[in-house]
Amino acid sequence: MKAAIAFWAILAKDMRNYYLKPPNISWGIIFPVSWTLMFFLRSRGAPMDIKDLLPGVMAMSVLFGTTSMLAVTITFEKRHRSFERLLLAPIGLNLLMLAKTSGAITFGVINSAVPIVLASFLVDLSGTTWLTVLPAVLFIAMSSTFLGLFIAVSVSEVFEAQTFSNFFRFPMVFLCGLFLPLGDLPAVIRPLSYVLPLTYGNDLLRHAFLGAGVLNPAVSWVMLPLFTALLFAMSIRNAKRSWIS
Amino acid sequence: MTSAVLDVRDLTKHYGDVVAVDGVSFRVGAGEIFGFLGPNGAGKTTTINALTGLVDPTGGEISVLGLAYPGHISEAQGHIGVVPDESNLYGEMDGFGNLCFCAALYGLPRRVREPRARELLDRFDLAEVGRRPFAAYSRGMKRKLTIAAALIHRPQILFLDEPTTGIDVASARQIRRLLGDLNADGVTIFLTTHYIEEAERLCHRIAFIVAGRIVRIDTKESLLAEADGSSSLLLALDGNLEEGARLLGESFPDIAIARNPEGNLLLTAADELELLPLLQRLHEGGVKVYEARIARPSLEDVFVRVTGIEAREMKAAEGRGRG
Repeated sequence: MKAAIAFWAILAKDMRNYYLKPPNISWGIIFPVSWTLMFFLRSRGAPMDIKDLLPGVMAMSVLFGTTSMLAVTITFEKRHRSFERLLLAPIGLNLLMLAKTSGAITFGVINSAVPIVLASFLVDLSGTTWLTVLPAVLFIAMSSTFLGLFIAVSVSEVFEAQTFSNFFRFPMVFLCGLFLPLGDLPAVIRPLSYVLPLTYGNDLLRHAFLGAGVLNPAVSWVMLPLFTALLFAMSIRNAKRSWIS
Repeated sequence: MTSAVLDVRDLTKHYGDVVAVDGVSFRVGAGEIFGFLGPNGAGKTTTINALTGLVDPTGGEISVLGLAYPGHISEAQGHIGVVPDESNLYGEMDGFGNLCFCAALYGLPRRVREPRARELLDRFDLAEVGRRPFAAYSRGMKRKLTIAAALIHRPQILFLDEPTTGIDVASARQIRRLLGDLNADGVTIFLTTHYIEEAERLCHRIAFIVAGRIVRIDTKESLLAEADGSSSLLLALDGNLEEGARLLGESFPDIAIARNPEGNLLLTAADELELLPLLQRLHEGGVKVYEARIARPSLEDVFVRVTGIEAREMKAAEGRGRG
């Protein structure tokens, strides 16, 4: 019970203080709209397959929303030493990290809903396998958040968190099949795609919205949780080394 | 000493080649105010961080309320309150919100934490600013709220790292009075400071730490009694302090001569000091004496004698880094 109270307090504080601030809400709306608009302009008026774009835009909204926010908030709190308060609480590092990441995961899931809502006004989404969409989005949000946690543990300044996040994120946009099909990637680069969790999450979303992906969904359902657990374990190990050293 | 609530044996912490804490051992009894006194960089903050679970020691054993680290660290953290050397609450949250949040971290339900937060705001004279963001507080108010936050879960041991550094005299006095009241309520206090007067005023027992090692540990009374055995004399000269110190040093090798912060010579000897020969020697050397008075023995004298560090060096070091 005590752990649940502490967990909820950290989550609620982060949502209130960071994630539900007006600039973040507007970011969650502007980001997918901008990307969709970019593709629209690039198509030069030709009919655009919104449904084909949707998985990529969703995955990217979650990736950008979660990684930067978590890395920045933790680095900010470490800088102001308010993070020490959390480390001094009698809840253990694992629970603390789960509480800190839950805000970002929730923010990521909410972010993914924005492109769906916008797309629902433009295309028919009735054939979508929603039972796949929700867990896939959840795992994309978790793996991206834990990537943000990994970044937060590795840096000490807020600007480093931003630049280090981009070091991972921008290659992922092109390597994970979000807008460029995996099959079109040069054979030399393609193995990189398979060591990035977003590849599997995006492919699951393509199965859910378009009924077709590149990979067997069973493989993605194994790989995505595996990457999520691995990133969390690595972050906890690094956190113990650098924060309680 | 009553039963030990804090038991530290051979605590060591290395940062690469740097030895921050070097085999420190001590025990703190229930209800004590234990002072950890030393200059910046002596290892005070590292020790407090190890005791509160923020630093993983390189070696040694720590037991808090009978709970051995690292196995029972989370359990022990539930019984301790920590006031770090910087006020580190959330700037965007108000005072009441900060206290409620800290209470929730210790698992206190809403029906308990809200009345407790109000009680502490009252006790620390912060009720009127309880709804103001922490970032808008004055330095003294921030310090008081940080102490209140450390007390929110009614800890048995309170760790304070330099609690009055950098705040106004009135707030510092109020904090010292509050610490005395808390101790009267049964809270054990572990205090690090480089203000010798503060340690002298508050602490029951004091450890002097220099370069990561405890060089002396005793009750305040014993330390002061040691100082009482000596005699000290303050001499205000015509400004030629170097020459005065040289003349006296050559003629009276058994007398320790130092400069105090006011620019006077402080003479200390194991036996009673005779004034006339001293004045005569200075007169012969052409150094004028404007004032001579007996200096009250203090903890500062003991500290200087034991550590070889002048109190003014500790004050000058303030702000250059953490210990």
